[in-house]
Amino acid sequence: MPEQLFQFLVTGITVGSTYALVGLGFALIYNASDVVNFAQGEFVMLGAMAAIALLGAGLPLPLAAILATLATVGVGLLLERFAIEPALGASVVTTIIITIGAAIFLRGIAMLLWGKDFHSLPPFTGDAPIQLGGATVLPQSLWVLGVTVALVVLVRLFFNRTLIGKALLACSFNRAAAQLVGINVRMMLRLAYGLSAGLGALAGILIAPITFSSYEAGVMLGLKGFSAAIVGGIGNPMGAVAGGLLLGVLESLGAGLVSSGYKDAIAFLFVLMVLFFEPTGLFGHKAAERV
Amino acid sequence: MRLAGFYLCVVVVVLLPMVFPNNYFVTVVGISAGLHAILAVGLNLLMGYAGQISLGHAAFFGMGAYSSAILTTRFAWPGVWAMLAGLMVTAVLAWVLARPILRLRGHYLAMATLGFGVIIHVIMVQATSWTGGPDGLTGIPPLNLLGWVVDSDTRWYIVIAATMLLAIWLSLNLIDSRIGRALRAVHGSEFAAQMLGINTSRAKTQVFIVSALFAAFAGSLFAHQQGFVSPDSFSLTISVELVTMVVLGGMASTFGAAGGAITLTLLHAGLVVFQDYEMLIHGVLLMAVMIFMPQGLFVGLSQAIRKIGHGLRSGNRP
Repeated sequence: MPEQLFQFLVTGITVGSTYALVGLGFALIYNASDVVNFAQGEFVMLGAMAAIALLGAGLPLPLAAILATLATVGVGLLLERFAIEPALGASVVTTIIITIGAAIFLRGIAMLLWGKDFHSLPPFTGDAPIQLGGATVLPQSLWVLGVTVALVVLVRLFFNRTLIGKALLACSFNRAAAQLVGINVRMMLRLAYGLSAGLGALAGILIAPITFSSYEAGVMLGLKGFSAAIVGGIGNPMGAVAGGLLLGVLESLGAGLVSSGYKDAIAFLFVLMVLFFEPTGLFGHKAAERV
Repeated sequence: MRLAGFYLCVVVVVLLPMVFPNNYFVTVVGISAGLHAILAVGLNLLMGYAGQISLGHAAFFGMGAYSSAILTTRFAWPGVWAMLAGLMVTAVLAWVLARPILRLRGHYLAMATLGFGVIIHVIMVQATSWTGGPDGLTGIPPLNLLGWVVDSDTRWYIVIAATMLLAIWLSLNLIDSRIGRALRAVHGSEFAAQMLGINTSRAKTQVFIVSALFAAFAGSLFAHQQGFVSPDSFSLTISVELVTMVVLGGMASTFGAAGGAITLTLLHAGLVVFQDYEMLIHGVLLMAVMIFMPQGLFVGLSQAIRKIGHGLRSGNRP
């Protein structure tokens, strides 16, 4: 039984890492623009599908991964320029619908480009399982974990140690004040969308060898990333990472110990419970309402 | 003259099948449009007037449908009793959920309602012994209203059109009642509404239950009309589509919500021709309307018409 639990934990942390990266993307965009981007899951799908397509076209895997990420960053920038900027300052409902529209649009494009079939990426370094204690770990899981840790550390360093990162942080606290001290707020907005699209694409490429990808793969991943961001307290990047890992582990335990069919229900039940008892998430600020 | 728009609606709904008898777009698509209109008018009470977003409304629609389906096929209940039972179950669940859910705001509320919708959908897929799982339930008998069996497209048109008109009439009257004014105050500023002595959490709970009941009622009708239910009809996609209908037509307008529902249903029926491009067009339309006409198609149009009307009456060119 302990070995089994350890196995669930490993699986959970692997899946949770993906949620963490998607959640991190949510937090970045929310901080910069007060928008919850429902097309975040589509970035994950686009990254994976583009990498698969480029690999199929004969490119080596690292190059395919880099190009796919860059292409997704491009899509993120286009989304910001043509769908978010024109509607800046609109109500929550309006921006939610705009990003939902964008998600449907991107899904439609992916379906036209790559059809409705499932595709998969080969594991980065073989698929010989590694024995770790009593659990079996796929090499790809280690890739997911390693790259996620690296990305999270990089994002932290970016916000704490670089001028651009601090400027982006300043925008999230008070956009008008940031503008007054000479920060190019519009540029920061684009940066946030590009960054978050890139994070999403990388998450998609990392997880594609473990779970298959299709034009619809982004929907659930996006929702789980949104849940991660909400559980962590929206707008708190590290909270989103913690939320993602927590969600992944709970889901894996639920699938293993209760029923795999109910794993999504268990994850969302957990989110509901968190919200009922902590209406602003586990690590969120208790913001006062301005009247 | 407060209900002038409503009377116009009645005339149009009655005349349509007379002018176009046995027209596919009037009867078949019209039934679906009417059902969507009931759902949208109900959701609009919650979203448009009380300002509370719900991304899980398909769950209530599904609860009505599955209650009718399960009780009529497995327990041989008469349709009307099954429908009432479905309404009761939905009301109780909505009442239990209302307080903790409506305490949340903005994106947190969106998340909670979305999560609720996903949970209900997973139960529909997984609780196979009750719901028939992903394949759903078949063989739901036609609705029997005191001996009048609703079993043709024309009869369904009558039932659903009448229900839709009733929903619109209820919604129009509710908004102009004391509760309606309280809700609009909550939308403006919840804090200010509290200061005025409005029990805001009770007002929100009431509208949440009413809105859920509209959806459950539509669900029961849908189950009998289709003769078959499956989880696909109550997924997140449908919840999102319902929100789209309300927003497309124009929030805080009963006719806007109904109009949005009818427009989107017709659009779907029309876009079938484009098959693979349907999603693409759907996505672009959503974004375009929200960016260029954030107050919605019908509210935008009616404002423009009113402006022209004013211009003509005062003798000025618009």
